[in-house]
Amino acid sequence: MITVEHLSKRYGARTVVNDVSFTCTPGTVTGFLGPNGAGKSTTMRMICGVTPPSGGTARVHGVDYRRLPNPGREVGLLLDAGAQHPGRTGRETLLLSAAIMGLPRRRVDECLDRVGLSPAVAKRRIRGYSLGMRQRLGLAQALLGDPRVLILDEPANGLDPEGILWMRGLLRDFADRGGTVLLSSHLLREVEAVADQLVVIGSGRIVAQGSKDDLLAGAGALVRAQDPRALRAALKRAGLPIRASTDGGLLVGAEPGVVGQAAADAGVALRELRPAESAGLEQVFLALTAGDGAREVGR
Amino acid sequence: MTAYPASSPHAAADPAPTAPGGVDPSVHGRPSLLRLTGVELRKLTDTRSGFWLLVVIALLSAGIVAVVVFVSPDTDQRFDNLFALAQFPVGILLPILGILLVTSEFSQRTALTTFALVPRRHRVVVAKLAAGTLAALAAVVVSLVTTAAGTLLATLDGGTPDAWSASLPAVLGSAVFQIVSVLMGIAFGLLVQNTPLAIVLSLVLPIAWSTLGELVARLRTAAGWLDTGLTTAPLVEPPTAGELTAGQWARLAVSVLVWVGIPLVAGLVRTVRREVS
Repeated sequence: MITVEHLSKRYGARTVVNDVSFTCTPGTVTGFLGPNGAGKSTTMRMICGVTPPSGGTARVHGVDYRRLPNPGREVGLLLDAGAQHPGRTGRETLLLSAAIMGLPRRRVDECLDRVGLSPAVAKRRIRGYSLGMRQRLGLAQALLGDPRVLILDEPANGLDPEGILWMRGLLRDFADRGGTVLLSSHLLREVEAVADQLVVIGSGRIVAQGSKDDLLAGAGALVRAQDPRALRAALKRAGLPIRASTDGGLLVGAEPGVVGQAAADAGVALRELRPAESAGLEQVFLALTAGDGAREVGR
Repeated sequence: MTAYPASSPHAAADPAPTAPGGVDPSVHGRPSLLRLTGVELRKLTDTRSGFWLLVVIALLSAGIVAVVVFVSPDTDQRFDNLFALAQFPVGILLPILGILLVTSEFSQRTALTTFALVPRRHRVVVAKLAAGTLAALAAVVVSLVTTAAGTLLATLDGGTPDAWSASLPAVLGSAVFQIVSVLMGIAFGLLVQNTPLAIVLSLVLPIAWSTLGELVARLRTAAGWLDTGLTTAPLVEPPTAGELTAGQWARLAVSVLVWVGIPLVAGLVRTVRREVS
Protein backbone atom coordinates (compact mmCIF):
# COMPACT_ATOMS: atom_id res chain seq x y z
CA MET A 1 0.00 0.00 0.00
CA ILE A 2 1.47 3.32 -1.10
CA THR A 3 -0.37 6.57 -0.47
CA VAL A 4 0.89 9.75 -2.08
CA GLU A 5 -0.90 12.98 -1.19
CA HIS A 6 -0.24 16.40 -2.72
CA LEU A 7 3.46 15.67 -3.09
CA SER A 8 5.48 18.60 -4.47
CA LYS A 9 9.13 19.33 -5.08
CA ARG A 10 10.58 22.72 -5.93
CA TYR A 11 14.19 23.59 -6.65
CA GLY A 12 14.25 27.35 -6.31
CA ALA A 13 11.70 28.70 -8.76
CA ARG A 14 11.53 25.44 -10.71
CA THR A 15 8.71 23.08 -9.78
CA VAL A 16 9.65 19.50 -10.63
CA VAL A 17 6.73 17.73 -8.98
CA ASN A 18 3.48 19.61 -8.59
CA ASP A 19 0.70 18.40 -6.28
CA VAL A 20 0.90 14.70 -7.15
CA SER A 21 -1.57 12.33 -5.48
CA PHE A 22 -2.21 8.63 -6.14
CA THR A 23 -2.65 5.34 -4.34
CA CYS A 24 -1.20 1.91 -5.07
CA THR A 25 -3.16 -0.93 -3.53
CA PRO A 26 -2.02 -4.46 -2.62
CA GLY A 27 -2.47 -6.98 -5.41
CA THR A 28 -1.94 -4.45 -8.19
CA VAL A 29 0.84 -3.26 -10.44
CA THR A 30 0.79 0.50 -10.96
CA GLY A 31 2.59 1.84 -14.01
CA PHE A 32 4.04 5.30 -13.50
CA LEU A 33 4.34 6.79 -16.97
CA GLY A 34 5.83 9.94 -18.30
CA PRO A 35 8.49 11.29 -20.61
CA ASN A 36 12.02 11.77 -19.34
CA GLY A 37 12.22 14.67 -16.91
CA ALA A 38 8.51 14.53 -16.04
CA GLY A 39 9.17 14.04 -12.32
CA LYS A 40 8.79 10.24 -12.01
CA SER A 41 12.14 9.61 -10.34
CA THR A 42 11.79 12.61 -8.04
CA THR A 43 8.35 11.40 -6.93
CA MET A 44 9.68 7.89 -6.23
CA ARG A 45 12.68 9.27 -4.36
CA MET A 46 10.37 11.40 -2.22
CA ILE A 47 8.29 8.30 -1.36
CA CYS A 48 11.48 6.63 -0.08
CA GLY A 49 12.72 9.63 1.85
CA VAL A 50 16.00 10.08 -0.05
CA THR A 51 14.71 13.38 -1.47
CA PRO A 52 12.98 15.65 1.03
CA PRO A 53 9.62 16.85 -0.37
CA SER A 54 8.76 20.56 -0.53
CA GLY A 55 5.17 19.74 0.31
CA GLY A 56 2.70 16.90 0.75
CA THR A 57 3.13 13.44 2.22
CA ALA A 58 3.93 9.92 1.08
CA ARG A 59 3.22 6.87 3.19
CA VAL A 60 3.92 3.17 2.88
CA HIS A 61 1.58 0.94 4.91
CA GLY A 62 0.28 4.20 6.38
CA VAL A 63 3.71 5.18 7.71
CA ASP A 64 6.23 7.72 6.48
CA TYR A 65 8.97 5.62 4.88
CA ARG A 66 11.58 7.33 7.05
CA ARG A 67 9.80 6.05 10.16
CA LEU A 68 9.89 2.40 9.10
CA PRO A 69 12.27 0.68 11.52
CA ASN A 70 13.74 -1.69 8.96
CA PRO A 71 12.50 -0.38 5.58
CA GLY A 72 14.36 -2.98 3.51
CA ARG A 73 12.04 -5.65 4.96
CA GLU A 74 8.92 -3.71 3.93
CA VAL A 75 9.81 -1.99 0.67
CA GLY A 76 12.04 -3.26 -2.12
CA LEU A 77 13.69 -0.40 -3.97
CA LEU A 78 15.34 -0.10 -7.34
CA LEU A 79 15.91 3.61 -7.82
CA ASP A 80 19.11 3.59 -9.84
CA ALA A 81 20.89 0.46 -11.02
CA GLY A 82 24.03 2.53 -11.56
CA ALA A 83 24.27 3.53 -7.89
CA GLN A 84 26.50 0.63 -6.84
CA HIS A 85 30.17 0.64 -5.88
CA PRO A 86 31.97 -0.57 -9.04
CA GLY A 87 34.77 -2.06 -6.93
CA ARG A 88 32.49 -4.45 -5.03
CA THR A 89 31.33 -7.78 -6.35
CA GLY A 90 27.62 -8.25 -6.94
CA ARG A 91 27.42 -10.77 -4.13
CA GLU A 92 29.31 -8.51 -1.70
CA THR A 93 26.90 -5.66 -2.47
CA LEU A 94 23.95 -7.85 -1.53
CA LEU A 95 25.75 -9.25 1.54
CA LEU A 96 26.17 -5.69 2.87
CA SER A 97 22.45 -4.98 2.41
CA ALA A 98 21.53 -8.34 3.93
CA ALA A 99 23.72 -7.56 6.94
CA ILE A 100 21.92 -4.23 7.48
CA MET A 101 18.52 -5.91 7.21
CA GLY A 102 19.56 -8.79 9.46
CA LEU A 103 19.11 -11.51 6.84
CA PRO A 104 21.02 -14.79 6.59
CA ARG A 105 23.65 -15.15 3.84
CA ARG A 106 21.70 -17.86 2.05
CA ARG A 107 19.00 -15.28 1.29
CA VAL A 108 21.58 -13.50 -0.89
CA ASP A 109 22.22 -16.63 -2.95
CA GLU A 110 18.48 -17.28 -3.26
CA CYS A 111 17.90 -13.80 -4.68
CA LEU A 112 20.89 -13.97 -7.02
CA ASP A 113 19.50 -17.23 -8.31
CA ARG A 114 16.00 -15.79 -8.65
CA VAL A 115 17.14 -12.92 -10.88
CA GLY A 116 19.33 -15.20 -12.96
CA LEU A 117 22.78 -13.99 -11.90
CA SER A 118 25.06 -17.02 -11.85
CA PRO A 119 27.54 -17.55 -8.99
CA ALA A 120 30.36 -16.81 -11.47
CA VAL A 121 28.85 -13.42 -12.38
CA ALA A 122 28.04 -12.62 -8.75
CA LYS A 123 31.72 -13.12 -7.87
CA ARG A 124 32.81 -10.48 -10.40
CA ARG A 125 33.20 -6.79 -9.61
CA ILE A 126 30.27 -4.63 -10.71
CA ARG A 127 32.63 -2.50 -12.81
CA GLY A 128 32.47 -5.25 -15.44
CA TYR A 129 28.68 -5.67 -15.41
CA SER A 130 26.46 -4.80 -18.34
CA LEU A 131 23.49 -2.52 -17.70
CA GLY A 132 21.23 -5.58 -17.83
CA MET A 133 23.30 -7.34 -15.15
CA ARG A 134 23.16 -4.21 -12.98
CA GLN A 135 19.38 -4.10 -13.35
CA ARG A 136 19.15 -7.75 -12.32
CA LEU A 137 21.40 -7.08 -9.34
CA GLY A 138 19.23 -4.07 -8.43
CA LEU A 139 16.16 -6.28 -8.62
CA ALA A 140 17.84 -8.92 -6.43
CA GLN A 141 18.58 -6.14 -3.95
CA ALA A 142 14.93 -5.03 -4.03
CA LEU A 143 13.68 -8.59 -3.43
CA LEU A 144 16.26 -9.32 -0.72
CA GLY A 145 14.20 -8.36 2.33
CA ASP A 146 11.12 -10.28 1.09
CA PRO A 147 9.14 -6.99 1.01
CA ARG A 148 5.44 -6.55 0.28
CA VAL A 149 5.96 -3.35 -1.68
CA LEU A 150 8.22 -2.88 -4.69
CA ILE A 151 9.18 0.57 -6.01
CA LEU A 152 11.13 0.26 -9.25
CA ASP A 153 12.39 3.16 -11.34
CA GLU A 154 12.78 2.19 -15.00
CA PRO A 155 13.55 -1.46 -14.17
CA ALA A 156 13.39 -2.59 -17.79
CA ASN A 157 16.24 -0.31 -18.88
CA GLY A 158 19.03 -2.37 -20.37
CA LEU A 159 17.16 -5.68 -20.17
CA ASP A 160 16.92 -7.74 -23.34
CA PRO A 161 13.46 -8.76 -24.60
CA GLU A 162 13.71 -12.07 -22.77
CA GLY A 163 14.69 -10.25 -19.59
CA ILE A 164 11.74 -7.88 -19.91
CA LEU A 165 9.38 -10.82 -20.34
CA TRP A 166 10.89 -12.50 -17.28
CA MET A 167 10.57 -9.34 -15.23
CA ARG A 168 6.91 -8.93 -16.17
CA GLY A 169 6.24 -12.45 -14.95
CA LEU A 170 8.06 -11.75 -11.72
CA LEU A 171 6.13 -8.53 -11.03
CA ARG A 172 2.79 -10.07 -12.00
CA ASP A 173 3.45 -12.99 -9.67
CA PHE A 174 4.52 -10.62 -6.88
CA ALA A 175 1.27 -8.63 -7.19
CA ASP A 176 -0.89 -11.74 -7.50
CA ARG A 177 0.45 -12.92 -4.16
CA GLY A 178 -0.82 -9.70 -2.57
CA GLY A 179 2.16 -7.41 -3.10
CA THR A 180 2.06 -3.79 -4.20
CA VAL A 181 4.15 -2.74 -7.20
CA LEU A 182 4.91 0.76 -8.44
CA LEU A 183 7.09 0.84 -11.53
CA SER A 184 8.00 3.74 -13.74
CA SER A 185 8.75 3.88 -17.41
CA HIS A 186 8.87 6.36 -20.23
CA LEU A 187 7.67 3.62 -22.60
CA LEU A 188 3.99 2.83 -22.50
CA ARG A 189 4.33 -0.57 -24.15
CA GLU A 190 6.70 -1.71 -21.45
CA VAL A 191 4.16 -0.95 -18.75
CA GLU A 192 0.83 -1.78 -20.34
CA ALA A 193 1.67 -5.48 -20.55
CA VAL A 194 1.88 -5.80 -16.79
CA ALA A 195 0.17 -2.84 -15.12
CA ASP A 196 -3.41 -2.80 -13.81
CA GLN A 197 -3.33 0.86 -12.91
CA LEU A 198 -1.73 3.73 -14.75
CA VAL A 199 -0.56 7.08 -13.47
CA VAL A 200 0.58 9.40 -16.25
CA ILE A 201 2.73 12.38 -15.35
CA GLY A 202 3.94 15.26 -17.49
CA SER A 203 5.90 18.32 -16.37
CA GLY A 204 5.47 17.33 -12.74
CA ARG A 205 1.67 17.13 -12.88
CA ILE A 206 -0.55 14.09 -13.11
CA VAL A 207 -2.31 14.27 -16.47
CA ALA A 208 -4.25 10.99 -16.29
CA GLN A 209 -4.75 8.15 -13.88
CA GLY A 210 -7.03 5.18 -13.50
CA SER A 211 -7.29 1.52 -14.36
CA LYS A 212 -5.70 0.49 -17.62
CA ASP A 213 -9.06 -0.77 -18.91
CA ASP A 214 -10.71 2.60 -18.30
CA LEU A 215 -7.93 4.46 -20.03
CA LEU A 216 -8.07 1.96 -22.92
CA ALA A 217 -11.82 2.35 -23.24
CA GLY A 218 -11.45 6.07 -23.57
CA ALA A 219 -8.90 5.65 -26.31
CA GLY A 220 -11.47 5.95 -29.11
CA ALA A 221 -11.10 4.65 -32.64
CA LEU A 222 -8.35 4.46 -35.22
CA VAL A 223 -9.57 5.26 -38.73
CA ARG A 224 -7.99 5.48 -42.17
CA ALA A 225 -9.51 6.65 -45.42
CA GLN A 226 -8.54 6.75 -49.09
CA ASP A 227 -8.97 10.51 -48.91
CA PRO A 228 -7.72 11.75 -45.53
CA ARG A 229 -8.81 15.32 -46.19
CA ALA A 230 -12.39 14.28 -46.87
CA LEU A 231 -12.33 12.14 -43.71
CA ARG A 232 -11.11 15.07 -41.60
CA ALA A 233 -13.87 17.26 -43.00
CA ALA A 234 -16.51 14.59 -42.36
CA LEU A 235 -15.37 14.09 -38.75
CA LYS A 236 -15.30 17.82 -38.20
CA ARG A 237 -18.83 18.16 -39.54
CA ALA A 238 -20.00 15.40 -37.20
CA GLY A 239 -18.30 17.17 -34.27
CA LEU A 240 -15.97 14.26 -33.45
CA PRO A 241 -12.65 15.22 -31.83
CA ILE A 242 -9.50 14.23 -33.70
CA ARG A 243 -6.95 13.54 -31.00
CA ALA A 244 -3.95 12.71 -33.12
CA SER A 245 -2.85 11.45 -36.46
CA THR A 246 -0.60 8.48 -36.99
CA ASP A 247 1.00 7.54 -40.31
CA GLY A 248 -2.01 8.45 -42.40
CA GLY A 249 -4.61 7.31 -39.84
CA LEU A 250 -6.57 9.45 -37.43
CA LEU A 251 -7.20 8.79 -33.78
CA VAL A 252 -10.73 9.88 -32.96
CA GLY A 253 -12.17 10.33 -29.51
CA ALA A 254 -15.34 8.35 -30.25
CA GLU A 255 -16.56 4.77 -30.59
CA PRO A 256 -15.79 3.09 -33.96
CA GLY A 257 -19.53 2.85 -34.71
CA VAL A 258 -19.99 6.59 -34.40
CA VAL A 259 -16.95 7.25 -36.57
CA GLY A 260 -18.17 4.81 -39.25
CA GLN A 261 -21.59 6.46 -39.32
CA ALA A 262 -20.04 9.90 -39.75
CA ALA A 263 -17.91 8.65 -42.63
CA ALA A 264 -20.88 6.91 -44.28
CA ASP A 265 -23.02 10.05 -43.95
CA ALA A 266 -20.34 12.04 -45.76
CA GLY A 267 -19.75 9.31 -48.32
CA VAL A 268 -16.10 8.84 -47.37
CA ALA A 269 -14.67 5.39 -48.18
CA LEU A 270 -12.72 3.87 -45.27
CA ARG A 271 -9.68 1.62 -45.53
CA GLU A 272 -9.51 0.79 -41.83
CA LEU A 273 -11.65 1.29 -38.74
CA ARG A 274 -11.00 -0.30 -35.38
CA PRO A 275 -10.97 0.40 -31.61
CA ALA A 276 -7.75 2.21 -30.85
CA GLU A 277 -6.84 0.06 -27.83
CA SER A 278 -3.12 -0.08 -27.18
CA ALA A 279 -2.21 1.92 -30.27
CA GLY A 280 -4.71 4.43 -29.01
CA LEU A 281 -3.27 4.43 -25.53
CA GLU A 282 0.13 5.11 -27.01
CA GLN A 283 -1.35 8.10 -28.81
CA VAL A 284 -3.20 9.22 -25.71
CA PHE A 285 0.07 8.99 -23.81
CA LEU A 286 1.93 10.93 -26.47
CA ALA A 287 -0.82 13.52 -26.76
CA LEU A 288 -1.05 13.95 -23.00
CA THR A 289 2.64 14.39 -22.58
CA ALA A 290 3.96 15.63 -25.91
CA GLY A 291 3.17 19.26 -25.22
CA ASP A 292 4.85 19.03 -21.88
CA GLY A 293 7.84 17.28 -23.33
CA ALA A 294 8.20 19.92 -26.01
CA ARG A 295 8.07 22.65 -23.41
CA GLU A 296 10.71 20.81 -21.40
CA VAL A 297 13.06 20.69 -24.37
CA GLY A 298 12.34 24.23 -25.42
CA ARG A 299 13.14 25.63 -22.01
CA MET B 1 -6.01 -3.34 2.28
CA THR B 2 -7.02 -5.04 5.49
CA ALA B 3 -4.25 -7.57 5.05
CA TYR B 4 -1.72 -4.83 5.60
CA PRO B 5 -2.73 -2.84 8.66
CA ALA B 6 -1.21 0.55 9.01
CA SER B 7 1.08 0.70 11.96
CA SER B 8 1.84 3.76 13.96
CA PRO B 9 5.49 4.58 14.46
CA HIS B 10 5.00 3.83 18.14
CA ALA B 11 4.25 0.23 17.34
CA ALA B 12 7.91 -0.16 16.45
CA ALA B 13 8.81 -0.23 20.11
CA ASP B 14 6.17 -2.82 20.84
CA PRO B 15 7.46 -6.32 20.12
CA ALA B 16 4.18 -8.20 19.96
CA PRO B 17 1.36 -6.74 17.87
CA THR B 18 0.48 -8.81 14.86
CA ALA B 19 -2.91 -8.20 13.38
CA PRO B 20 -4.85 -11.32 12.43
CA GLY B 21 -4.49 -12.16 8.79
CA GLY B 22 -1.50 -9.92 8.29
CA VAL B 23 1.98 -9.16 9.40
CA ASP B 24 2.59 -5.94 11.20
CA PRO B 25 5.38 -3.96 9.53
CA SER B 26 6.90 -3.30 12.92
CA VAL B 27 7.89 -6.95 13.48
CA HIS B 28 11.14 -6.23 11.68
CA GLY B 29 13.21 -4.42 14.26
CA ARG B 30 15.57 -1.69 13.25
CA PRO B 31 19.20 -2.66 12.72
CA SER B 32 21.29 -2.20 15.86
CA LEU B 33 24.25 0.18 15.93
CA LEU B 34 26.48 -2.85 16.50
CA ARG B 35 25.23 -4.38 13.24
CA LEU B 36 25.67 -1.11 11.36
CA THR B 37 29.20 -0.73 12.73
CA GLY B 38 30.01 -4.23 11.52
CA VAL B 39 28.76 -3.27 8.05
CA GLU B 40 30.89 -0.11 8.03
CA LEU B 41 33.98 -2.09 9.06
CA ARG B 42 33.25 -4.46 6.22
CA LYS B 43 32.99 -1.56 3.75
CA LEU B 44 36.50 -0.51 4.81
CA THR B 45 37.98 -3.76 3.58
CA ASP B 46 35.78 -5.10 0.79
CA THR B 47 37.02 -2.90 -2.06
CA ARG B 48 40.47 -3.01 -3.56
CA SER B 49 41.21 0.63 -2.70
CA GLY B 50 40.06 0.22 0.90
CA PHE B 51 42.00 -3.00 1.33
CA TRP B 52 45.22 -1.55 -0.05
CA LEU B 53 44.91 1.61 2.03
CA LEU B 54 44.89 -0.61 5.13
CA VAL B 55 47.85 -2.61 3.80
CA VAL B 56 49.79 0.59 3.04
CA ILE B 57 49.12 1.94 6.54
CA ALA B 58 50.50 -1.27 8.08
CA LEU B 59 53.46 -1.43 5.66
CA LEU B 60 54.48 2.21 6.19
CA SER B 61 54.37 1.84 9.93
CA ALA B 62 56.48 -1.34 9.65
CA GLY B 63 58.75 0.34 7.09
CA ILE B 64 59.64 3.32 9.24
CA VAL B 65 60.46 0.95 12.10
CA ALA B 66 62.67 -1.10 9.76
CA VAL B 67 64.50 2.00 8.53
CA VAL B 68 65.35 3.07 12.09
CA VAL B 69 66.42 -0.44 13.07
CA PHE B 70 68.80 -0.77 10.12
CA VAL B 71 70.01 2.81 9.66
CA SER B 72 69.82 4.81 12.90
CA PRO B 73 72.36 4.69 15.73
CA ASP B 74 71.77 1.96 18.30
CA THR B 75 70.77 4.42 20.98
CA ASP B 76 67.62 5.34 19.02
CA GLN B 77 66.54 1.73 18.73
CA ARG B 78 64.33 1.65 21.76
CA PHE B 79 60.72 0.50 21.89
CA ASP B 80 59.35 3.92 22.87
CA ASN B 81 61.20 5.68 20.03
CA LEU B 82 60.18 3.15 17.43
CA PHE B 83 56.58 3.16 18.62
CA ALA B 84 56.38 6.96 18.40
CA LEU B 85 57.82 6.92 14.88
CA ALA B 86 55.42 4.21 13.77
CA GLN B 87 52.51 6.50 14.67
CA PHE B 88 53.36 9.16 12.08
CA PRO B 89 52.52 7.43 8.81
CA VAL B 90 49.42 6.00 10.48
CA GLY B 91 48.42 9.45 11.68
CA ILE B 92 48.70 10.84 8.15
CA LEU B 93 46.74 8.05 6.46
CA LEU B 94 43.99 7.46 9.02
CA PRO B 95 42.29 10.81 8.27
CA ILE B 96 42.21 9.77 4.61
CA LEU B 97 40.63 6.47 5.60
CA GLY B 98 38.04 8.43 7.60
CA ILE B 99 37.36 10.75 4.67
CA LEU B 100 36.93 7.85 2.24
CA LEU B 101 34.62 6.05 4.64
CA VAL B 102 32.22 8.97 4.19
CA THR B 103 32.90 10.46 0.76
CA SER B 104 32.98 7.15 -1.14
CA GLU B 105 29.29 6.78 -0.28
CA PHE B 106 28.63 9.93 -2.28
CA SER B 107 31.21 9.55 -5.05
CA GLN B 108 30.24 5.91 -5.70
CA ARG B 109 26.56 6.72 -5.04
CA THR B 110 26.13 3.89 -2.56
CA ALA B 111 24.59 6.48 -0.19
CA LEU B 112 21.33 5.90 -2.06
CA THR B 113 21.16 2.29 -0.84
CA THR B 114 22.66 3.03 2.56
CA PHE B 115 20.22 5.79 3.42
CA ALA B 116 17.26 3.97 1.88
CA LEU B 117 17.96 1.02 4.19
CA VAL B 118 18.74 3.26 7.19
CA PRO B 119 16.62 6.42 6.78
CA ARG B 120 17.72 7.67 10.19
CA ARG B 121 20.96 8.84 8.65
CA HIS B 122 22.61 9.90 11.90
CA ARG B 123 22.74 6.21 12.84
CA VAL B 124 24.91 5.54 9.79
CA VAL B 125 27.19 8.40 10.85
CA VAL B 126 27.46 7.03 14.39
CA ALA B 127 28.30 3.60 12.95
CA LYS B 128 31.00 5.17 10.77
CA LEU B 129 32.48 6.97 13.78
CA ALA B 130 32.52 3.67 15.70
CA ALA B 131 34.07 1.80 12.76
CA GLY B 132 36.71 4.52 12.34
CA THR B 133 37.55 4.36 16.06
CA LEU B 134 37.94 0.58 15.90
CA ALA B 135 40.15 0.93 12.81
CA ALA B 136 42.33 3.46 14.69
CA LEU B 137 42.65 1.08 17.64
CA ALA B 138 43.53 -1.76 15.28
CA ALA B 139 46.21 0.45 13.72
CA VAL B 140 47.72 1.06 17.17
CA VAL B 141 47.73 -2.69 17.84
CA VAL B 142 49.45 -3.33 14.50
CA SER B 143 52.06 -0.66 15.26
CA LEU B 144 52.63 -2.28 18.66
CA VAL B 145 53.36 -5.56 16.91
CA THR B 146 55.69 -4.05 14.30
CA THR B 147 57.47 -2.02 16.99
CA ALA B 148 57.95 -5.13 19.13
CA ALA B 149 59.34 -6.98 16.10
CA GLY B 150 61.67 -4.04 15.37
CA THR B 151 62.87 -3.86 18.97
CA LEU B 152 63.51 -7.59 18.97
CA LEU B 153 65.61 -7.25 15.79
CA ALA B 154 67.51 -4.33 17.33
CA THR B 155 68.33 -6.24 20.51
CA LEU B 156 69.57 -9.24 18.48
CA ASP B 157 72.50 -7.26 17.05
CA GLY B 158 73.58 -5.88 20.41
CA GLY B 159 71.14 -3.03 20.92
CA THR B 160 70.87 -0.64 23.80
CA PRO B 161 70.21 -1.32 27.44
CA ASP B 162 66.67 -0.45 28.42
CA ALA B 163 65.46 -1.16 24.85
CA TRP B 164 62.07 -2.47 26.03
CA SER B 165 61.09 0.66 27.88
CA ALA B 166 57.41 0.78 27.03
CA SER B 167 54.81 2.71 28.97
CA LEU B 168 51.06 2.35 29.17
CA PRO B 169 50.46 6.12 28.83
CA ALA B 170 52.39 6.07 25.55
CA VAL B 171 50.09 3.38 24.16
CA LEU B 172 46.97 5.14 25.40
CA GLY B 173 48.30 8.46 24.10
CA SER B 174 48.82 6.93 20.66
CA ALA B 175 45.32 5.49 20.74
CA VAL B 176 43.88 8.93 21.49
CA PHE B 177 46.08 10.47 18.76
CA GLN B 178 44.93 8.00 16.12
CA ILE B 179 41.27 8.22 17.12
CA VAL B 180 41.44 12.01 16.82
CA SER B 181 43.08 11.57 13.39
CA VAL B 182 40.39 9.29 12.01
CA LEU B 183 37.50 11.25 13.52
CA MET B 184 38.88 14.44 12.01
CA GLY B 185 38.88 12.71 8.63
CA ILE B 186 35.27 11.57 9.06
CA ALA B 187 34.24 15.08 10.18
CA PHE B 188 35.89 16.68 7.13
CA GLY B 189 34.37 14.05 4.87
CA LEU B 190 30.88 14.74 6.23
CA LEU B 191 31.33 18.48 5.91
CA VAL B 192 32.82 18.61 2.41
CA GLN B 193 31.38 15.35 0.92
CA ASN B 194 33.97 15.41 -1.83
CA THR B 195 37.03 13.15 -1.67
CA PRO B 196 39.84 15.28 -3.17
CA LEU B 197 38.64 18.49 -1.54
CA ALA B 198 38.32 16.86 1.88
CA ILE B 199 41.79 15.29 1.62
CA VAL B 200 43.40 18.55 0.51
CA LEU B 201 41.65 20.54 3.24
CA SER B 202 42.51 18.05 5.98
CA LEU B 203 46.18 18.11 4.92
CA VAL B 204 46.54 21.77 4.03
CA LEU B 205 44.52 23.52 6.74
CA PRO B 206 46.57 22.21 9.70
CA ILE B 207 49.85 22.94 7.85
CA ALA B 208 48.71 26.42 6.88
CA TRP B 209 47.60 27.02 10.43
CA SER B 210 50.94 25.79 11.85
CA THR B 211 52.89 27.97 9.45
CA LEU B 212 50.79 31.01 10.31
CA GLY B 213 51.27 30.29 14.00
CA GLU B 214 55.04 30.19 13.49
CA LEU B 215 55.18 33.33 11.37
CA VAL B 216 52.77 35.65 13.11
CA ALA B 217 53.77 36.33 16.69
CA ARG B 218 50.28 37.38 17.76
CA LEU B 219 48.85 34.04 16.63
CA ARG B 220 51.31 32.00 18.63
CA THR B 221 49.18 31.89 21.77
CA ALA B 222 46.12 30.90 19.76
CA ALA B 223 48.13 28.25 17.90
CA GLY B 224 49.00 26.67 21.21
CA TRP B 225 45.30 25.98 21.67
CA LEU B 226 44.18 25.43 18.09
CA ASP B 227 47.07 23.85 16.15
CA THR B 228 46.39 20.11 16.39
CA GLY B 229 50.01 19.45 15.38
CA LEU B 230 51.11 21.16 18.59
CA THR B 231 48.32 20.01 20.89
CA THR B 232 48.53 16.31 19.93
CA ALA B 233 52.33 16.15 20.03
CA PRO B 234 52.50 15.37 23.78
CA LEU B 235 50.36 12.28 23.13
CA VAL B 236 53.05 10.58 21.05
CA GLU B 237 56.40 12.28 21.62
CA PRO B 238 58.80 10.31 23.80
CA PRO B 239 60.04 10.19 26.46
CA THR B 240 56.86 11.42 28.17
CA ALA B 241 54.36 10.29 25.50
CA GLY B 242 50.82 10.23 26.76
CA GLU B 243 51.66 11.88 30.06
CA LEU B 244 49.85 15.18 29.62
CA THR B 245 49.47 17.93 32.15
CA ALA B 246 46.02 19.35 32.86
CA GLY B 247 46.93 22.35 30.73
CA GLN B 248 47.95 20.13 27.82
CA TRP B 249 44.71 18.13 28.06
CA ALA B 250 42.78 21.40 27.99
CA ARG B 251 44.60 22.58 24.88
CA LEU B 252 44.03 19.20 23.23
CA ALA B 253 40.33 19.32 24.09
CA VAL B 254 39.90 22.83 22.67
CA SER B 255 41.72 22.01 19.42
CA VAL B 256 39.73 18.77 18.99
CA LEU B 257 36.50 20.62 19.61
CA VAL B 258 37.36 23.12 16.88
CA TRP B 259 38.82 20.74 14.28
CA VAL B 260 36.70 17.66 14.94
CA GLY B 261 33.63 18.70 16.93
CA ILE B 262 32.48 21.66 14.86
CA PRO B 263 32.96 20.10 11.39
CA LEU B 264 31.38 16.88 12.69
CA VAL B 265 28.21 18.61 13.87
CA ALA B 266 27.98 20.79 10.75
CA GLY B 267 28.70 17.77 8.54
CA LEU B 268 26.11 15.66 10.34
CA VAL B 269 23.44 18.31 9.80
CA ARG B 270 24.42 18.57 6.14
CA THR B 271 24.36 14.80 5.66
CA VAL B 272 21.01 14.31 7.35
CA ARG B 273 19.38 17.07 5.30
CA ARG B 274 20.96 16.59 1.93
CA GLU B 275 19.20 15.07 -1.02
CA VAL B 276 20.83 11.82 -2.07
CA SER B 277 21.13 11.40 -5.81
